[in-house]
Amino acid sequence: MALNVTIHRILRHRRFLNSANSTLHLTNTRCFSHAPSPSPSQSSKANDKDPHSGSSSLKDNELAKFAAISDTWWDSEGPFKPLHLMNPTRLAFIRSTLCRHFKRDPYSTRPFERLKIVDVGCGGGILSEPLARLGATVTGVDAVEKNIKIARLHADLDPTTSTIEYCCTTAEKLVEEGRTFDAVMALEVIEHVANPEEFCKSLAALTNPDGATVVSTINRSMRAYATAIVAAEYILHWLPKGTHQWSSFLTPEELAMILHRAGINVEEMAGFVYNPLTGRWLLSDDISVNFIAFATKSQNAI
Amino acid sequence: MNRLVKRSVSNFFALKLPSKSLCTGVVKVPGSNVAEILNENEKKENTTSNSIQQYDIAIVGGGMVGMALASFLASMPMTKQLSVAIIDSNPALSGSMSIKKEDPPDPRVSTVTPATISFMKDAGAWKYVEQNRHAYFDKMQVWDYTGLGYARYNARDVNKDFLGCVAENKVLHSALLSCIQDSDFKRTIYPLRLNSMTLNRSSMSVVEENMSSRESSSAQGQCARLQLSDGNSIYAKLVVGADGGKSRVRELAGFKTTGWNYSQNAIICTVEHPSENRCAWQRFLPTGPIALLPIGDKFSNIVWTMSPTESNQRKSITEEEFLKDVNSALDYGYGPHPTSSLSGTRDLFSWFQMDSTVSANESFEVPPKITKLASERMVFPLSLRHANSYASKRVVLIGDAAHTVHPLAGQGVNLGFGDAYSLSRIIAEGIALGTDIGEVNLLKKYEAERKPANISMMAILESFQKAYSVDFGPFNILRAAAFHGANYIPPLKRTIISYASGEQNFPVFL
Repeated sequence: MALNVTIHRILRHRRFLNSANSTLHLTNTRCFSHAPSPSPSQSSKANDKDPHSGSSSLKDNELAKFAAISDTWWDSEGPFKPLHLMNPTRLAFIRSTLCRHFKRDPYSTRPFERLKIVDVGCGGGILSEPLARLGATVTGVDAVEKNIKIARLHADLDPTTSTIEYCCTTAEKLVEEGRTFDAVMALEVIEHVANPEEFCKSLAALTNPDGATVVSTINRSMRAYATAIVAAEYILHWLPKGTHQWSSFLTPEELAMILHRAGINVEEMAGFVYNPLTGRWLLSDDISVNFIAFATKSQNAI
Repeated sequence: MNRLVKRSVSNFFALKLPSKSLCTGVVKVPGSNVAEILNENEKKENTTSNSIQQYDIAIVGGGMVGMALASFLASMPMTKQLSVAIIDSNPALSGSMSIKKEDPPDPRVSTVTPATISFMKDAGAWKYVEQNRHAYFDKMQVWDYTGLGYARYNARDVNKDFLGCVAENKVLHSALLSCIQDSDFKRTIYPLRLNSMTLNRSSMSVVEENMSSRESSSAQGQCARLQLSDGNSIYAKLVVGADGGKSRVRELAGFKTTGWNYSQNAIICTVEHPSENRCAWQRFLPTGPIALLPIGDKFSNIVWTMSPTESNQRKSITEEEFLKDVNSALDYGYGPHPTSSLSGTRDLFSWFQMDSTVSANESFEVPPKITKLASERMVFPLSLRHANSYASKRVVLIGDAAHTVHPLAGQGVNLGFGDAYSLSRIIAEGIALGTDIGEVNLLKKYEAERKPANISMMAILESFQKAYSVDFGPFNILRAAAFHGANYIPPLKRTIISYASGEQNFPVFL
């Protein structure tokens, strides 16, 4: 199967319109590094339709919605608040598993020094920035250009995070460019992808031998239907209706299997549990709704 | 319950702040205008913008609680690499003033609970306190003017060696300062006052401004900017308001407060007595409680709450007359001693005999007679104040800036130390997970941890204050019953001691 797959959607998590038929044609391979953009007029005045993106298939109203919502990425009280609240919990898992795997001092303030990490589907950079603060050399990729712009601008506000490299591209394109990383993060992405198995193959190709792959997603269980779809979308309005399709969720076993087929072995799994009374997320053994998997590529793999 | 005067040194200086502040150009305007004004100033000062110092944390107020936060941060591996600016115009912070043992005792003292002592031991500051005058006490006696009941507490009721320790504020402060000076913690002390502060409320509005101007100084866009009284500015990722009851940070950041002034003042002074004192005494009088706290070497501290007119009068009378008043207030003034042989009551609680506490067997003692006044008399107004929230983006309040309470239980500064400890742990957790320390979700965790504990303590102290200001027959009997209950029901007594010692955050009777 060709690696150049039309991906149905690779989005960052919340608040993006789910128009079921829109597809992103990934002919757009402009890679925005952290060098300043050539002229102010090209950097979009927030609401203009971006002339360069291959998102001509995206309707104007979708872009406008993206534009309006993208600004709220970093508003911690805004629509992305649940993601901001979940972020420390994800980072706790990542920190402990990566420190153990790469034999780093867990009491250091920058344990990821000299590690190259790619954040696939980085959105506004909510995961990329803390990883950079922990010392990693971070590359953030997202297929939505607006997200990359927002991520770049926000990262430039702090000298520690301004070293992050943001690219508007996909995992497949990075594989084609031959890039590899010590750790590959694909958090809350795989449930939006058209072909999870191919996606996992790309993630495996991006990982160095003896490197780490971390994937998080939502379990395809009855409980997840009740919480992540009914409660989150229809009752609490954390996500717009239709953000997630229950049928595209993966069970932990399925995820482990497709990762294994791609040459990556899951070593550890944990779940995220939300306590509605305290409003906090906790790491737990309960993988029936949100779960995260830490996997490694064997040393002898190509 | 024992008393204290919860004055931090910086609070004293805060009283001298001019009421009109000089804004050096940047006006704090709500909304996105702030970002535009900030950017204009940045353009003007582009040449000097590189010389504006940037810190991770700016602690405004270098009193006991502010310095406690700095020393807790200095003692933890996750946070000791942070750069901290301490803004306080108190000359004691320059470290040049040392405390000599022969100095007369300062009337401003605080009672530190065992919980606070353990925080300070963790940070390595307690050993400095022990080098100066301090007094552990292991007994406490509380009674009132009606003579209907009393309660005695003993550290051995909870299998401890002491109930708390009383030390002068300057001793505690210099201990914390020495602890910080010991470590190679990056701190800079600014002997200035804070004039104004600019906080970037909406980071994206700054971003949009920068998109058109593309300045390299946008790297400071994420920080709060503090203008100091000498005209200079500093940047900080997080501003901590530890500047006391009349907090300037709280005012500038727009935190609303709830509270009221008690129509009471407290007189504090140091007195001398012929024999050693290892007990904390508190007697509730109709106008307010009087407390006698040991501070070491035959000295004790008096904290006497009364109406403002009485306090002004007692401040100006002669030393002899004042001592007579004090002795009478502690002894036979206003009412009789409680009777110590309460065989009837003992039978009532006889089912607790198996579990009885050491102090239940102790009889009522008369406090030591005061022979000399050893310091000037100081008068402070009392009030209750609580900030409605402790944290917003890039700003957080600790100590008296967040809450002020009545001194009747000696809890004020201990709540502040608890705040400092909790905030330091939350910051360490944030750094471990790569969080931006000024992020509001992180600071809200600190608020969620401390606010309920502080509010429940304030509610209890407030109810005590109200309960003891009423002189009404049946009410007095109720209070006497409460004394007996506290004295003779061991689980209740242990809970009270444990809660007052800071071991428990909530007085849940379990």
